[in-house]
Amino acid sequence: MPRIPLTWLAEHTELPAGTSALQVATDLSRVGLEEEAIFGAQVTGPLVVGRVLELVKEPQKNGKTINWVRVDVGPEHNEDLDNPKDPQPGEERPSRGIICGAHNFVEGDLVVVSLPGTVLPGDFAIAARKTYGHVSDGMICSGDELGLGEDPTGEDGIIVLGRGHAEGLTGEPGDDAIALLGLADEVVEINVTPDRGYCFSMRGVAREYSHATGVAYTDPASTVEIPSAEDGGLAVRLRDDAPIRDVEGCSRFVALEVRGVDPAAQTPRWMARRLTLAGMRPISLIVDVTNYVMLDLGQPLHAYDADEVVAPIVVRRAQKGEKLTTLDDVTRTLDAEDLLITDSEGGEGARVLGIAGVMGGESTEVSEGTANIVLEAATFHPISVARSARRHRLPSEASKRFERGVDPQLPRVAAYRAAQLIVEYGGGEIASRITDEGGIAGPAAAPIALPLGDAERVVGIAYTPQQVRSSLEMIGCTVEDGTGDGAEGTLAVTPPSWRPDLVIREDLIEEIARLVGYETIPSVLPTAPGGRGLTRAQRARRAANRALAEAGLVEVTSYPFVGEGIFDALRYAQDDARRGAVRLLNPLADDEPLLRTSLLQTLLPVARRNLGRGEESVAIFQLGTTSLSRGEGSRSPVPAAAQRPSDAELEAILGALPLQTRTLAAVVGGASGPGSWQGEVAPWGWADAFDLARRAAAAVGADLEVRQTERAPFHPGRAGELRVTAADGTSTVIGHAGELHPAVVTEFGLPARTSALELDLEALIASAPAVIAAAPVPTYPVAKEDFAFVVDQSVPAAAVEAAIVVGIGDLAESVHLFDVFTGEQIGEGKKSLAFAVRLRSAEATLTAEQIGAARSRCIAAVDSAVGGVLRA
Amino acid sequence: MSDTSPAPEAPSIDEAAITAAIDAALAAIAAAPDTAALKQVRIEHVGDASVLTSANRAIKDLPKDQKAAAGKLVGQGKGRVQKALAARQGELAAAEEEAALAAETVDVTLPTDLRPRGASHPLTVLQDRINDFFVGIGWEIAEGPEIESQWLNFDALNADPEHPSRSLQDTLYVAPEGSGMLLRTQTSPVQIRSMLERGAPLYVACPGTVYRADEIDATHSPMFTQVEGLAIDKGLTMANLVGTLDAFAAHIFGGAPITRLRPNHFPFTEPSAEMDFRCFSCGAREGLDHDADPNCRVCGGTGWIEMGGCGMVHPNVLRAAGVDPEEYQGFAFGLGIERILMLRNGVSDMRDIVEGDVRFSQHYGTEI
Repeated sequence: MPRIPLTWLAEHTELPAGTSALQVATDLSRVGLEEEAIFGAQVTGPLVVGRVLELVKEPQKNGKTINWVRVDVGPEHNEDLDNPKDPQPGEERPSRGIICGAHNFVEGDLVVVSLPGTVLPGDFAIAARKTYGHVSDGMICSGDELGLGEDPTGEDGIIVLGRGHAEGLTGEPGDDAIALLGLADEVVEINVTPDRGYCFSMRGVAREYSHATGVAYTDPASTVEIPSAEDGGLAVRLRDDAPIRDVEGCSRFVALEVRGVDPAAQTPRWMARRLTLAGMRPISLIVDVTNYVMLDLGQPLHAYDADEVVAPIVVRRAQKGEKLTTLDDVTRTLDAEDLLITDSEGGEGARVLGIAGVMGGESTEVSEGTANIVLEAATFHPISVARSARRHRLPSEASKRFERGVDPQLPRVAAYRAAQLIVEYGGGEIASRITDEGGIAGPAAAPIALPLGDAERVVGIAYTPQQVRSSLEMIGCTVEDGTGDGAEGTLAVTPPSWRPDLVIREDLIEEIARLVGYETIPSVLPTAPGGRGLTRAQRARRAANRALAEAGLVEVTSYPFVGEGIFDALRYAQDDARRGAVRLLNPLADDEPLLRTSLLQTLLPVARRNLGRGEESVAIFQLGTTSLSRGEGSRSPVPAAAQRPSDAELEAILGALPLQTRTLAAVVGGASGPGSWQGEVAPWGWADAFDLARRAAAAVGADLEVRQTERAPFHPGRAGELRVTAADGTSTVIGHAGELHPAVVTEFGLPARTSALELDLEALIASAPAVIAAAPVPTYPVAKEDFAFVVDQSVPAAAVEAAIVVGIGDLAESVHLFDVFTGEQIGEGKKSLAFAVRLRSAEATLTAEQIGAARSRCIAAVDSAVGGVLRA
Repeated sequence: MSDTSPAPEAPSIDEAAITAAIDAALAAIAAAPDTAALKQVRIEHVGDASVLTSANRAIKDLPKDQKAAAGKLVGQGKGRVQKALAARQGELAAAEEEAALAAETVDVTLPTDLRPRGASHPLTVLQDRINDFFVGIGWEIAEGPEIESQWLNFDALNADPEHPSRSLQDTLYVAPEGSGMLLRTQTSPVQIRSMLERGAPLYVACPGTVYRADEIDATHSPMFTQVEGLAIDKGLTMANLVGTLDAFAAHIFGGAPITRLRPNHFPFTEPSAEMDFRCFSCGAREGLDHDADPNCRVCGGTGWIEMGGCGMVHPNVLRAAGVDPEEYQGFAFGLGIERILMLRNGVSDMRDIVEGDVRFSQHYGTEI
């Protein structure tokens, strides 16, 4: 994101002296340019100019020769006397002794000295230190050490005033070198939202800074001198045969030649410095100027070696299989959608020069010997550039700007500005003819009609007509009176060329709101008409959650991503419906491309993780979503969003979505509590799994029926279906519970006999009656009767209980199984089930005869239903 | 019984003997160490064979003129003894009960955690709290599926077809390519669903799990929880947005709320803003004229906490959802619940929230 050196910002605005980077960042943030980073002064402390008084070359054992130097660093910093044990070379006089390994300086040169206490870039603190047999009382600095980069002439090691980095500079010993070299520059890096492409330039940021603070602003584009030139420069043909979304890839192409530039000309120090501060590396005058103008105005430029380009230049789409070696030395295969700049070497449009707005190629690159250049300043379609940049993973400085939209008025201005700078610093002559193909992009849309009262309607502040008008004018809009007068009036607003994001009146309202200031918006809590509170399902989910927490379980979360292996680990049959998982196109991990179809698929690994982290037992639950694919062929249509889709379209959109539900699952295993002085701690087991399911059901007001079943991942003899009964009597399986299969227990490293449950929480909640009808509370005495029935081992207790209830009828207040007994007395393959039954009538005290009759009905019913015999 | 023991000789009531018997009885009562001994004392001193009882029996045989004095002497003496007995009985019984209870003393500091309570996940608890806030101001809680249509997640929300958030680097899509389905990246599709189903006016909060193609680290997770708010009505303004955010901030973080909006850009709102809450942790909470603690772990010394995006619902979004933007307008905002949890409760690592370690949940207990 753009970096804004404050000294550069000050060129276009009247930045008050002494303004800090933090203050600038705060001001910019108020108008919507968020601070990303602040880069403070790169060097602090006593960095001063020094004069080399004497130097002695001292060869070392390691073959190197070092200089032992007496440097005059000004009266304020000099030591009057030498250290008698380590005298400096030459006549004793006020100075400092410094060791230096570079050899590009002589006695009498002015150099840059970092004295002890200086902190150089990279938090490099300078101190006096003993080296090569002397105490070096500071350091003579190179450009690299000061963060200025290598010497621009490529010759010097350390900086000598008047040359290289310090070209044109001079000073006296003791002068502050930080100011002299411009090392105190502070830089603010900002984040630019996609709608504000124009803020990818000093021009745009300076404008926003003036909006934020009210300081004067000069548009740098307005100060460029544009000579009246004739058309007829280098021939350019715009030939887009396959526009993306019906927009030509290149709407304007300006080409301007500059001939006779001195190939050896150097980039001026100030420009190189600014480029560095803005995060770009200085390369050569021509390249640096194009980058500088891009950073300043926002218009990307490209310079070609004019002697290498064969006219005409053709802007066209790539052909399949075409290749280009880009400036980063990578050969890329082009896509038919890539917009290319080509020339006519080997036929018209035959040679690829670059991907438009993204990156140039090697063939026509400016080189060390280039004297004649063609400057390209074009307007490319944002989407075309964005797609190419993404496709080739080339987020260049140019593409970043084109993607966000570049002011279509800029190409000619920027081309001349660059040409003028090149001529100013490198000589040569600007061609008298210019090429300006195409025109200013963008529909010449009608002005936006903005009722004067609209900003108030949306923002809630009574803006004056003057505030509305001046805000819009400040951002560069042309504001004219439309229909109506006064507060009823409507303005006709034409946004400036650099604001393609301003399309509807709400866009203008945002501009008014942010220029007047978001902080002026009052705080008014709206009064909603009154809602219906949480839905029954929402309340029920809370209750289920709370019930399991109260029962001793801890709620956890898990990611929904799974791999196919989990289905085998959980022993699903090949045709198990739960293998029908939704598959992701771009999963986060290649081995987990699916979305869980059962919560246990991700909860069991969480159980394993907890045990791995030192837990000795497990009691966890989760409320999460599970899904089942409707098949790979399922497609959700994507109609235009300009209006509400038709009901049929909407049904198609929603109907394609996978089946999804909120599921509740729990895993319990190991000791159900810590070891206790109260006696043995029962381990969690299969019965707990069913009990927890029933507790959850009870918490949401539903009732569960359990039936024996076999189902993965459970123990074949210790699993049950969980069923609910709808109001119409239909019974539906909504989940399962039981002890996990021993192989699953082993697979996940769980405590023996770990048990689990999983149920469709939405279905469970839906099964709960909305209203429970009251039951009578009779006060006649209760009669307690116990029964023990001997039945086959295979007869479920629930069936016996049901028979008892049916047999006794209304008199049965409660039926509760309290004992199960097997043994020799009962016989092989049999079991005895003992029930406590409470009988009560709503009408009268039960007589002995009534009780006896109830007993008989009970015994007969159990006999006929399950063949049970009353145990004698 | 008077005729069972014929008097062997003429009875006489010896005053001294009676007095001595009373004194002996009282002394024995006082000396009885426990209720069992006291029972024995009762038998010995006021039982059938006791001096006092014998004397009492003998009164009837006394000469008439002595009967009254003897009756009084014996009767009063026996009364004193009975009273002392009752008093001593009460004393001893109380002491004995006290001793018995003392013997039953238990160590009440013994642990009682046969089956300790579990815990809800703190995200659930916080989400409930947030939902309760919205219900409290008259809004409803709307929900939707996590596997969502591209149309609802992007197109209906005015996201340009080229918008970078649609890329495979940002969004997890359902296979195969072109399925038109994805893991929702925001709960905004629930806003659209609510508008499509209920129309305007509408005041809903939409909490839920969302997904992004992010690698997990201390501050990012590919799965996280959001709550978005949407209010559509006639005449709602940005001032109402600010008012709602202020009330929310006060409810969740406490204190006098200060919120700040900064201009920003989102496809689904216009005007758009980034919302900051004034730091609730350091000195900055005292007001705009108070500086933040430079080392504040919550705001990092800036005095502000970035909370999320918000703005006035874009007319294109209203149109796509079948609401007439000429008649209705409204605002929307989105907040990250993990972020609130991290700030509010000082969670330093996002992974703790999502990895399912029971110690993380247990620690919170039931924070109401």
